[in-house]
Amino acid sequence: MIPLYWYLGLGLLMFTVGAVGVVVRRNPIVIFMCIELMLNAVNLTFLAFARYQPTPLPIGGLPDSWMSGQMMVIFVMAVAAAEVAVGLGIIMAIFRLRDNVDIDEMNLLKG
Amino acid sequence: MVAVILTGLLALTADLIWYKKSTSSVRAISLIGLLVSGALVIQQWYRPDEDVLARMVTVDRFGLAIQFILIVSCFLCLLFSDGYLKEKRIAFREFYPLALWSTAGGMLMATSKNLLVIFLGLEVLSIALYVMAGMSRSEHKSEESALKYFLLGSFASGFLLYGIAFVYGATGGLNLDEIASAWSANNLAAKNMLLFGLGLLLVGLGFKSAFVPFHQWTPDVYQGAPTNVTAFMAAVSKIAAIAALYRVLHGMLPLRDLWIPALTVIAILTMTVGNLVALTQKDVKRILGYSSIAHAGYLLVGLLAHFSNPGQIGVTTVLYYLLAYSLMTIGTLAIVSMVAKEGREETTVASFNGLWKQSPLAAGVLIIFMASMIGIPITAGFVGKFQIFVDSINANLGLLAIALAINSVISIAYYLGIAKAAFVSDEETPRVAKMNTGLSTTVAICAAGVLLIGVLFAPISQWLGNDLNETPVMAMNAGQATK
Repeated sequence: MIPLYWYLGLGLLMFTVGAVGVVVRRNPIVIFMCIELMLNAVNLTFLAFARYQPTPLPIGGLPDSWMSGQMMVIFVMAVAAAEVAVGLGIIMAIFRLRDNVDIDEMNLLKG
Repeated sequence: MVAVILTGLLALTADLIWYKKSTSSVRAISLIGLLVSGALVIQQWYRPDEDVLARMVTVDRFGLAIQFILIVSCFLCLLFSDGYLKEKRIAFREFYPLALWSTAGGMLMATSKNLLVIFLGLEVLSIALYVMAGMSRSEHKSEESALKYFLLGSFASGFLLYGIAFVYGATGGLNLDEIASAWSANNLAAKNMLLFGLGLLLVGLGFKSAFVPFHQWTPDVYQGAPTNVTAFMAAVSKIAAIAALYRVLHGMLPLRDLWIPALTVIAILTMTVGNLVALTQKDVKRILGYSSIAHAGYLLVGLLAHFSNPGQIGVTTVLYYLLAYSLMTIGTLAIVSMVAKEGREETTVASFNGLWKQSPLAAGVLIIFMASMIGIPITAGFVGKFQIFVDSINANLGLLAIALAINSVISIAYYLGIAKAAFVSDEETPRVAKMNTGLSTTVAICAAGVLLIGVLFAPISQWLGNDLNETPVMAMNAGQATK
């Protein structure tokens, strides 16, 4: 079987790509996609940990320690979907206001 | 908590039924619902500590006290929102259900030791807040603050989740109680994963509580969001974040030799940066944003004092300070909301000139709030700060105590600046709007509360209670007796 660390490594790589993307990109939609990438890295990590739990798998059911990781993934996906709805709504509202969503032009608020 | 969610649903239903009429029915339902929820929380006050609902929800005095403070904050925010939203021409009724659900999310965060539930509560709180921050749709500032808050907020929840994933990997569960056994199991790989996970978890929560260096969003969002939403954010979201931080740190007690020094540095930075940058600001809402960063630092000092000696120093000081902080912040921002007039709003310090002439009551209570923020005796702010100061000395965190005292002195300058602006009168007509009933009730409750819990601090602390079942003053004496 593929060792756990490969999955963790891939997750870490995805998470880093996402985090760097959030910092360097200037378009809110791309930034948002990078955040989604981070969340997917989290999901992958959760599933890998859930699959490689040290507790043995009993016949006829999943133990709590396996289940909670998988449940967490479901919840993360649901929350991510809710965030998409709100986030795209906010980006739409800004686009209607100024026909442009570039982050560098969001500089009204400073002190 | 369930009552708050139900009230939100009921308010939304009312919104749908009476969609052509004014906001008054939605508002009335929300306020009554909050009163009922407050009564229900107090009814459970003396319930013994236990974990319910498959250990997803924890009933204890800390959680109940936080729920009570959250309900009070939400109630006060909704009370003055109506007039402000009308002046600003954004009287959307959706605001009330959103605020209620957001509060429910905060209550969820405070009453669970399960990381899944804490995460869900955080998201319920945040997603509603993103919408509320962008509520003034035709205003560039409001939309900008919503986008900044949203992007940085989801970025931070990414870190929080990645942290939870590693804690799960190390402990095999999502419950914070399992951290201790995993740490003592002496498995090096698991220990490293746990440390990595907890670090990320603290980054995520530090962002929500606006600790330096994760504070960049705070002033921007506080300035851009509608003032009633700013008040809501400053009170509810900060209280909930501090409560969740308490839960996480409580779970992390076995590791405290590692995180107390790190958080000490963060606390000092948070207080100092918050106060120093506030000195250079011109906009009242920005100043209050930085001041809320500084208050988060004070609260962190209180938490650190508790956790460095959990048997001696209770967490009541933090609860007391949260109550005081929420009253004075909401009161101040309620006064700030008076500058919104006929759809326009300018919140520089100078726009408060002539407040004294227009409304002596508002100027008077503003003085009380500023005195409390500075920490002048007989106000709640003084007692709260003093108790945290004493706690940090008892916990041998002298460095934090010194930083706290110096910062209180720095903060006098900008708080006095705000208070002074209200009494400078210029020739032109005052720019502030008249007070309405909701607003004056809010500021009256806040001002009375600040003075009352400042004078009656011992019974109030006793009532808020702690895991030691003694007031902080007694804890203080006990600390001296042992020396």
